Amino acid sequence: MIQFFEVFFRAVFLENLALAYFLGMCTFLAVSRKVKPTISLGVAVIVVEAISVPLNNLIYNYLLRDGALAWAGLGHLDFSYLGLLSQIAVIAAMIQILEIVLNRFFPALYSSLGIFLPLLTVNCAILGASLFMVQRDLGFTESVAYGLGAGVGWALAIVMLAGLREKMKYSDIPAGLEGLGIAFITTGLISLAFMGIAGLSF
Amino acid sequence: MSAKDTFIKPILAENPITLHILGICSALAITNSLTSSLIMSVSLTAVLVMTNIVISLVRRHLPSSVRLIVQITIIASAVAVIDQVLTAYLPDAARTLSVYVALIVTNCIVLGRAEACAMKCGVGTSILDALGNGLGYSLILIVVAIIRELFGNGSLMGHRLLELVHEGGWYVPNAMLLLPPSAFFIIGFLVWAIRSWKPEQTEAADFRPAPLPEKEKRS
Repeated sequence: MIQFFEVFFRAVFLENLALAYFLGMCTFLAVSRKVKPTISLGVAVIVVEAISVPLNNLIYNYLLRDGALAWAGLGHLDFSYLGLLSQIAVIAAMIQILEIVLNRFFPALYSSLGIFLPLLTVNCAILGASLFMVQRDLGFTESVAYGLGAGVGWALAIVMLAGLREKMKYSDIPAGLEGLGIAFITTGLISLAFMGIAGLSF
Repeated sequence: MSAKDTFIKPILAENPITLHILGICSALAITNSLTSSLIMSVSLTAVLVMTNIVISLVRRHLPSSVRLIVQITIIASAVAVIDQVLTAYLPDAARTLSVYVALIVTNCIVLGRAEACAMKCGVGTSILDALGNGLGYSLILIVVAIIRELFGNGSLMGHRLLELVHEGGWYVPNAMLLLPPSAFFIIGFLVWAIRSWKPEQTEAADFRPAPLPEKEKRS
Protein backbone atom coordinates (compact mmCIF):
# COMPACT_ATOMS: atom_id res chain seq x y z
CA MET A 1 0.00 0.00 0.00
CA ILE A 2 2.85 2.36 0.89
CA GLN A 3 4.31 1.70 -2.52
CA PHE A 4 1.01 2.58 -4.17
CA PHE A 5 1.05 6.03 -2.55
CA GLU A 6 4.71 6.50 -3.30
CA VAL A 7 4.18 5.94 -7.02
CA PHE A 8 1.10 8.16 -6.91
CA PHE A 9 2.74 11.16 -5.21
CA ARG A 10 5.88 10.77 -7.27
CA ALA A 11 3.76 11.03 -10.45
CA VAL A 12 1.79 14.02 -9.18
CA PHE A 13 4.60 16.20 -7.84
CA LEU A 14 8.11 15.03 -8.67
CA GLU A 15 7.56 13.68 -12.14
CA ASN A 16 4.69 15.89 -13.15
CA LEU A 17 4.02 15.11 -16.83
CA ALA A 18 3.36 18.71 -17.78
CA LEU A 19 5.96 20.56 -15.74
CA ALA A 20 8.88 18.14 -15.62
CA TYR A 21 8.45 16.22 -18.91
CA PHE A 22 6.58 18.83 -20.98
CA LEU A 23 3.93 16.41 -22.16
CA GLY A 24 0.59 17.60 -23.46
CA MET A 25 1.97 21.11 -23.90
CA CYS A 26 -0.08 22.00 -26.98
CA THR A 27 -3.39 21.58 -25.16
CA PHE A 28 -1.82 22.88 -21.98
CA LEU A 29 -1.06 26.28 -23.51
CA ALA A 30 -4.01 26.48 -25.89
CA VAL A 31 -6.87 25.70 -23.48
CA SER A 32 -5.60 27.37 -20.30
CA ARG A 33 -7.15 30.80 -20.86
CA LYS A 34 -10.03 30.23 -18.43
CA VAL A 35 -10.37 28.02 -15.35
CA LYS A 36 -13.74 26.43 -16.08
CA PRO A 37 -12.93 24.43 -19.23
CA THR A 38 -9.61 23.32 -17.74
CA ILE A 39 -11.47 21.55 -14.91
CA SER A 40 -13.49 19.44 -17.38
CA LEU A 41 -10.34 18.80 -19.39
CA GLY A 42 -8.49 17.80 -16.22
CA VAL A 43 -11.23 15.32 -15.28
CA ALA A 44 -11.15 13.86 -18.80
CA VAL A 45 -7.37 13.41 -18.60
CA ILE A 46 -7.58 11.74 -15.17
CA VAL A 47 -10.26 9.29 -16.36
CA VAL A 48 -8.46 8.40 -19.59
CA GLU A 49 -5.05 8.02 -17.90
CA ALA A 50 -6.46 5.91 -15.06
CA ILE A 51 -7.95 3.43 -17.54
CA SER A 52 -5.45 3.47 -20.41
CA VAL A 53 -2.21 3.02 -18.44
CA PRO A 54 -3.29 -0.18 -16.58
CA LEU A 55 -4.89 -1.51 -19.80
CA ASN A 56 -1.71 -0.97 -21.77
CA ASN A 57 0.22 -2.52 -18.92
CA LEU A 58 -1.83 -5.73 -19.18
CA ILE A 59 -1.52 -5.85 -22.98
CA TYR A 60 2.21 -5.24 -22.90
CA ASN A 61 2.96 -7.72 -20.13
CA TYR A 62 0.71 -10.56 -21.34
CA LEU A 63 0.85 -10.21 -25.13
CA LEU A 64 3.74 -8.18 -26.43
CA ARG A 65 6.90 -8.30 -24.33
CA ASP A 66 9.73 -10.76 -24.89
CA GLY A 67 8.44 -14.17 -23.74
CA ALA A 68 5.07 -12.77 -22.70
CA LEU A 69 3.17 -15.34 -24.74
CA ALA A 70 4.63 -18.20 -22.69
CA TRP A 71 1.14 -18.85 -21.27
CA ALA A 72 0.06 -19.80 -24.82
CA GLY A 73 3.15 -21.92 -25.37
CA LEU A 74 4.72 -19.30 -27.64
CA GLY A 75 7.45 -18.09 -25.29
CA HIS A 76 9.95 -17.50 -28.09
CA LEU A 77 7.99 -14.61 -29.65
CA ASP A 78 8.87 -10.96 -29.00
CA PHE A 79 6.32 -8.42 -30.19
CA SER A 80 7.66 -5.47 -28.21
CA TYR A 81 8.25 -3.51 -31.43
CA LEU A 82 4.46 -3.40 -31.83
CA GLY A 83 4.18 -1.62 -28.47
CA LEU A 84 3.78 1.87 -29.87
CA LEU A 85 1.14 0.90 -32.42
CA SER A 86 -0.87 -1.12 -29.89
CA GLN A 87 -0.73 1.67 -27.30
CA ILE A 88 -2.02 4.36 -29.61
CA ALA A 89 -4.70 1.99 -30.92
CA VAL A 90 -5.78 1.08 -27.37
CA ILE A 91 -5.97 4.76 -26.43
CA ALA A 92 -7.96 5.71 -29.54
CA ALA A 93 -10.36 2.78 -29.14
CA MET A 94 -10.76 3.36 -25.41
CA ILE A 95 -11.62 7.01 -25.90
CA GLN A 96 -14.27 6.08 -28.48
CA ILE A 97 -15.81 3.51 -26.12
CA LEU A 98 -15.67 5.94 -23.21
CA GLU A 99 -17.45 8.53 -25.34
CA ILE A 100 -20.27 6.10 -26.19
CA VAL A 101 -20.64 4.89 -22.58
CA LEU A 102 -20.62 8.42 -21.12
CA ASN A 103 -23.10 9.61 -23.70
CA ARG A 104 -25.48 6.75 -22.80
CA PHE A 105 -25.17 6.72 -18.99
CA PHE A 106 -23.73 10.08 -17.87
CA PRO A 107 -24.98 12.64 -20.40
CA ALA A 108 -24.22 15.60 -18.09
CA LEU A 109 -20.56 14.66 -17.76
CA TYR A 110 -20.39 13.88 -21.46
CA SER A 111 -21.63 17.31 -22.49
CA SER A 112 -19.28 19.06 -20.07
CA LEU A 113 -16.28 17.19 -21.48
CA GLY A 114 -17.44 18.14 -24.97
CA ILE A 115 -14.75 18.20 -27.62
CA PHE A 116 -11.88 17.47 -25.21
CA LEU A 117 -12.46 13.74 -25.07
CA PRO A 118 -11.76 12.90 -28.76
CA LEU A 119 -8.85 15.36 -28.80
CA LEU A 120 -7.12 13.45 -26.01
CA THR A 121 -6.20 10.74 -28.55
CA VAL A 122 -3.44 13.00 -29.82
CA ASN A 123 -2.42 14.38 -26.45
CA CYS A 124 1.15 13.38 -25.69
CA ALA A 125 0.44 13.26 -21.95
CA ILE A 126 -1.80 10.22 -22.48
CA LEU A 127 0.56 8.30 -24.76
CA GLY A 128 3.56 9.50 -22.74
CA ALA A 129 2.23 7.99 -19.51
CA SER A 130 1.83 4.59 -21.22
CA LEU A 131 5.34 4.81 -22.69
CA PHE A 132 6.86 5.72 -19.33
CA MET A 133 4.97 2.81 -17.77
CA VAL A 134 6.63 0.41 -20.22
CA GLN A 135 10.03 2.04 -19.85
CA ARG A 136 9.96 1.83 -16.04
CA ASP A 137 8.65 -1.72 -16.08
CA LEU A 138 5.84 -1.08 -13.60
CA GLY A 139 3.67 -3.90 -12.24
CA PHE A 140 -0.11 -3.81 -12.53
CA THR A 141 -0.89 -2.15 -9.15
CA GLU A 142 1.88 0.39 -9.68
CA SER A 143 0.54 1.15 -13.14
CA VAL A 144 -2.89 1.93 -11.66
CA ALA A 145 -1.24 4.33 -9.21
CA TYR A 146 0.94 5.82 -11.93
CA GLY A 147 -1.96 6.40 -14.34
CA LEU A 148 -4.05 8.05 -11.65
CA GLY A 149 -1.13 10.16 -10.40
CA ALA A 150 -0.07 11.25 -13.88
CA GLY A 151 -3.61 12.40 -14.66
CA VAL A 152 -4.03 14.24 -11.36
CA GLY A 153 -0.65 15.94 -11.76
CA TRP A 154 -1.45 17.14 -15.26
CA ALA A 155 -4.89 18.38 -14.22
CA LEU A 156 -3.39 20.22 -11.24
CA ALA A 157 -0.82 21.95 -13.44
CA ILE A 158 -3.31 23.13 -16.07
CA VAL A 159 -5.81 24.42 -13.49
CA MET A 160 -2.99 26.35 -11.79
CA LEU A 161 -1.84 27.92 -15.04
CA ALA A 162 -5.41 28.85 -16.00
CA GLY A 163 -5.94 30.50 -12.61
CA LEU A 164 -2.83 32.61 -13.14
CA ARG A 165 -3.72 33.50 -16.73
CA GLU A 166 -7.21 34.56 -15.71
CA LYS A 167 -5.72 37.07 -13.27
CA MET A 168 -3.08 38.12 -15.77
CA LYS A 169 -5.71 39.40 -18.21
CA TYR A 170 -5.76 42.63 -16.23
CA SER A 171 -2.03 43.21 -16.27
CA ASP A 172 -0.21 45.40 -18.72
CA ILE A 173 2.06 43.08 -20.68
CA PRO A 174 4.65 44.39 -23.19
CA ALA A 175 3.44 44.22 -26.79
CA GLY A 176 4.52 40.99 -28.49
CA LEU A 177 4.69 39.08 -25.24
CA GLU A 178 0.92 38.94 -24.84
CA GLY A 179 -0.78 35.56 -25.08
CA LEU A 180 1.65 32.82 -25.98
CA GLY A 181 4.89 34.49 -24.86
CA ILE A 182 3.80 35.28 -21.34
CA ALA A 183 2.07 31.88 -21.03
CA PHE A 184 5.42 30.20 -21.71
CA ILE A 185 7.23 32.28 -19.12
CA THR A 186 4.49 31.73 -16.51
CA THR A 187 4.65 27.97 -17.08
CA GLY A 188 8.42 28.18 -16.66
CA LEU A 189 7.98 29.85 -13.27
CA ILE A 190 5.42 27.24 -12.13
CA SER A 191 7.77 24.51 -13.28
CA LEU A 192 10.62 26.14 -11.32
CA ALA A 193 8.41 26.16 -8.23
CA PHE A 194 7.62 22.47 -8.70
CA MET A 195 11.33 21.69 -8.84
CA GLY A 196 11.49 22.98 -5.29
CA ILE A 197 9.71 19.84 -4.08
CA ALA A 198 12.19 17.60 -5.89
CA GLY A 199 13.88 16.66 -2.62
CA LEU A 200 10.61 15.31 -1.26
CA SER A 201 10.58 11.57 -0.71
CA PHE A 202 8.44 9.07 1.12
CA MET B 1 0.57 29.53 -53.09
CA SER B 2 3.66 28.89 -55.19
CA ALA B 3 5.97 25.97 -54.54
CA LYS B 4 8.64 28.28 -53.16
CA ASP B 5 6.21 29.80 -50.66
CA THR B 6 5.03 26.38 -49.51
CA PHE B 7 8.62 25.54 -48.64
CA ILE B 8 9.90 28.87 -47.28
CA LYS B 9 6.93 30.17 -45.30
CA PRO B 10 6.80 27.60 -42.51
CA ILE B 11 10.48 28.07 -41.75
CA LEU B 12 10.25 31.50 -40.14
CA ALA B 13 7.13 33.46 -41.04
CA GLU B 14 4.64 30.72 -40.18
CA ASN B 15 6.78 28.66 -37.89
CA PRO B 16 4.84 25.69 -36.49
CA ILE B 17 6.23 26.17 -32.98
CA THR B 18 6.14 29.91 -32.40
CA LEU B 19 3.00 30.78 -34.37
CA HIS B 20 0.78 27.72 -34.24
CA ILE B 21 1.97 26.36 -30.84
CA LEU B 22 2.36 22.88 -32.34
CA GLY B 23 4.82 20.20 -31.32
CA ILE B 24 6.15 21.98 -28.27
CA CYS B 25 6.57 18.98 -25.98
CA SER B 26 9.69 17.65 -27.62
CA ALA B 27 10.99 21.12 -28.42
CA LEU B 28 11.15 21.79 -24.70
CA ALA B 29 12.22 18.43 -23.40
CA ILE B 30 15.28 17.40 -25.38
CA THR B 31 16.89 20.76 -26.13
CA ASN B 32 19.49 20.60 -23.34
CA SER B 33 21.90 18.97 -25.77
CA LEU B 34 22.54 19.90 -29.40
CA THR B 35 23.16 16.30 -30.46
CA SER B 36 19.76 15.09 -29.26
CA SER B 37 18.09 18.10 -30.85
CA LEU B 38 19.70 17.35 -34.22
CA ILE B 39 18.65 13.69 -34.07
CA MET B 40 15.15 14.68 -33.03
CA SER B 41 14.91 17.24 -35.87
CA VAL B 42 16.03 14.70 -38.45
CA SER B 43 13.62 12.07 -37.09
CA LEU B 44 10.68 14.44 -37.10
CA THR B 45 11.41 15.72 -40.61
CA ALA B 46 11.74 12.13 -41.86
CA VAL B 47 8.44 11.10 -40.26
CA LEU B 48 6.75 14.21 -41.60
CA VAL B 49 7.94 13.57 -45.17
CA MET B 50 7.02 9.86 -45.07
CA THR B 51 3.53 10.38 -43.64
CA ASN B 52 2.78 13.34 -45.91
CA ILE B 53 3.71 11.27 -48.98
CA VAL B 54 1.64 8.25 -47.93
CA ILE B 55 -1.38 10.25 -46.82
CA SER B 56 -1.29 12.39 -49.92
CA LEU B 57 -1.25 9.21 -52.05
CA VAL B 58 -4.26 7.64 -50.33
CA ARG B 59 -6.21 10.85 -49.75
CA ARG B 60 -8.83 10.15 -52.42
CA HIS B 61 -9.64 6.73 -50.98
CA LEU B 62 -10.12 7.81 -47.36
CA PRO B 63 -13.70 8.11 -46.08
CA SER B 64 -13.73 11.16 -43.84
CA SER B 65 -15.31 9.31 -40.90
CA VAL B 66 -12.28 7.08 -40.36
CA ARG B 67 -9.58 9.40 -41.67
CA LEU B 68 -8.14 10.32 -38.25
CA ILE B 69 -7.59 6.74 -37.20
CA VAL B 70 -6.00 5.90 -40.58
CA GLN B 71 -3.73 8.93 -40.34
CA ILE B 72 -2.65 8.00 -36.82
CA THR B 73 -1.93 4.42 -37.86
CA ILE B 74 0.22 5.63 -40.77
CA ILE B 75 2.08 8.06 -38.49
CA ALA B 76 2.58 5.42 -35.79
CA SER B 77 4.02 2.97 -38.33
CA ALA B 78 6.47 5.60 -39.64
CA VAL B 79 7.52 6.46 -36.09
CA ALA B 80 7.96 2.78 -35.18
CA VAL B 81 10.35 2.44 -38.15
CA ILE B 82 12.40 5.48 -37.08
CA ASP B 83 12.41 4.27 -33.48
CA GLN B 84 13.73 0.83 -34.48
CA VAL B 85 16.40 2.38 -36.75
CA LEU B 86 17.61 4.65 -33.94
CA THR B 87 17.67 1.79 -31.41
CA ALA B 88 19.67 -0.32 -33.84
CA TYR B 89 22.24 2.20 -35.09
CA LEU B 90 22.40 4.94 -32.44
CA PRO B 91 21.56 3.12 -29.18
CA ASP B 92 23.07 5.81 -26.92
CA ALA B 93 21.10 8.60 -28.57
CA ALA B 94 17.94 6.49 -28.44
CA ARG B 95 18.42 6.05 -24.70
CA THR B 96 18.85 9.81 -24.13
CA LEU B 97 15.79 10.65 -26.20
CA SER B 98 13.85 7.91 -24.35
CA VAL B 99 10.14 8.25 -25.00
CA TYR B 100 10.34 11.44 -27.00
CA VAL B 101 11.00 9.71 -30.33
CA ALA B 102 7.92 7.54 -29.82
CA LEU B 103 5.98 10.66 -28.87
CA ILE B 104 6.39 11.99 -32.43
CA VAL B 105 3.14 10.01 -32.97
CA THR B 106 1.25 12.58 -30.97
CA ASN B 107 3.30 15.52 -32.19
CA CYS B 108 0.69 17.92 -33.41
CA ILE B 109 2.87 19.10 -36.31
CA VAL B 110 2.63 15.72 -38.02
CA LEU B 111 -1.12 15.29 -37.67
CA GLY B 112 -1.64 19.00 -38.32
CA ARG B 113 0.23 18.89 -41.63
CA ALA B 114 -1.52 15.67 -42.61
CA GLU B 115 -4.88 17.34 -42.07
CA ALA B 116 -4.00 20.76 -43.43
CA CYS B 117 -1.87 19.86 -46.41
CA ALA B 118 -1.51 16.19 -47.30
CA MET B 119 -5.29 15.62 -47.38
CA LYS B 120 -5.69 18.42 -49.90
CA CYS B 121 -2.59 18.64 -52.10
CA GLY B 122 -0.66 16.45 -54.46
CA VAL B 123 2.46 14.52 -53.52
CA GLY B 124 4.94 17.18 -54.67
CA THR B 125 3.40 20.00 -52.67
CA SER B 126 3.05 17.73 -49.65
CA ILE B 127 6.75 16.88 -49.71
CA LEU B 128 7.74 20.56 -49.92
CA ASP B 129 5.33 21.43 -47.14
CA ALA B 130 6.68 18.61 -44.96
CA LEU B 131 10.28 19.70 -45.55
CA GLY B 132 9.46 23.34 -44.81
CA ASN B 133 7.67 22.53 -41.57
CA GLY B 134 10.37 20.07 -40.56
CA LEU B 135 13.01 22.75 -41.10
CA GLY B 136 10.98 25.34 -39.19
CA TYR B 137 10.75 22.95 -36.25
CA SER B 138 14.45 22.10 -36.50
CA LEU B 139 15.43 25.77 -36.58
CA ILE B 140 13.73 26.52 -33.24
CA LEU B 141 15.09 23.31 -31.71
CA ILE B 142 18.65 24.08 -32.80
CA VAL B 143 18.56 27.71 -31.62
CA VAL B 144 17.20 26.73 -28.19
CA ALA B 145 19.66 23.82 -27.91
CA ILE B 146 22.66 26.02 -28.79
CA ILE B 147 21.71 28.56 -26.10
CA ARG B 148 21.06 25.88 -23.47
CA GLU B 149 24.09 23.69 -24.11
CA LEU B 150 26.61 26.47 -24.73
CA PHE B 151 25.75 28.59 -21.71
CA GLY B 152 24.58 25.79 -19.46
CA ASN B 153 27.44 23.41 -20.01
CA GLY B 154 30.07 25.39 -21.95
CA SER B 155 30.07 22.85 -24.77
CA LEU B 156 28.44 22.14 -28.12
CA MET B 157 27.74 18.57 -29.24
CA GLY B 158 30.02 17.42 -26.43
CA HIS B 159 33.01 19.57 -27.53
CA ARG B 160 34.22 21.92 -24.83
CA LEU B 161 34.10 25.53 -26.13
CA LEU B 162 34.06 27.60 -22.95
CA GLU B 163 36.58 26.49 -20.30
CA LEU B 164 34.66 25.83 -17.07
CA VAL B 165 35.81 27.32 -13.77
CA HIS B 166 35.99 24.01 -11.92
CA GLU B 167 38.24 22.65 -14.65
CA GLY B 168 40.63 25.60 -14.39
CA GLY B 169 38.97 27.82 -17.01
CA TRP B 170 37.10 31.09 -16.74
CA TYR B 171 33.45 30.32 -17.48
CA VAL B 172 30.97 29.84 -14.64
CA PRO B 173 28.26 27.62 -16.17
CA ASN B 174 24.66 28.63 -15.66
CA ALA B 175 23.28 25.29 -14.54
CA MET B 176 19.72 26.58 -14.58
CA LEU B 177 19.79 26.47 -18.37
CA LEU B 178 20.06 22.69 -18.17
CA LEU B 179 16.94 22.42 -16.02
CA PRO B 180 13.52 22.04 -17.65
CA PRO B 181 12.08 25.51 -16.82
CA SER B 182 14.74 27.38 -18.79
CA ALA B 183 13.34 25.94 -22.04
CA PHE B 184 10.05 27.68 -21.31
CA PHE B 185 11.81 31.00 -20.76
CA ILE B 186 13.93 30.73 -23.92
CA ILE B 187 10.97 29.82 -26.15
CA GLY B 188 8.92 32.56 -24.47
CA PHE B 189 11.59 35.12 -25.33
CA LEU B 190 11.95 33.72 -28.87
CA VAL B 191 8.20 34.17 -29.38
CA TRP B 192 8.57 37.72 -28.08
CA ALA B 193 11.43 38.41 -30.48
CA ILE B 194 9.60 37.01 -33.52
CA ARG B 195 6.41 38.88 -32.65
CA SER B 196 8.23 42.16 -32.15
CA TRP B 197 9.74 41.66 -35.59
CA LYS B 198 6.42 40.58 -37.15
CA PRO B 199 3.73 42.40 -35.12
CA GLU B 200 0.90 40.89 -37.22
CA GLN B 201 1.39 37.57 -35.35
CA THR B 202 0.44 39.08 -32.00
CA GLU B 203 -2.81 37.81 -30.49
CA ALA B 204 -5.45 40.39 -29.67
CA ALA B 205 -5.54 41.06 -25.93
CA ASP B 206 -8.69 39.85 -24.15
CA PHE B 207 -8.87 42.96 -22.09
CA ARG B 208 -7.34 46.43 -22.10
CA PRO B 209 -7.24 48.63 -18.99
CA ALA B 210 -9.64 51.53 -19.54
CA PRO B 211 -7.94 54.91 -19.56
CA LEU B 212 -8.53 56.74 -16.29
CA PRO B 213 -10.90 59.72 -16.46
CA GLU B 214 -8.99 63.00 -16.64
CA LYS B 215 -9.98 64.24 -13.16
CA GLU B 216 -9.04 61.10 -11.23
CA LYS B 217 -5.66 60.67 -12.88
CA ARG B 218 -3.02 60.63 -10.21
CA SER B 219 0.07 62.68 -10.90
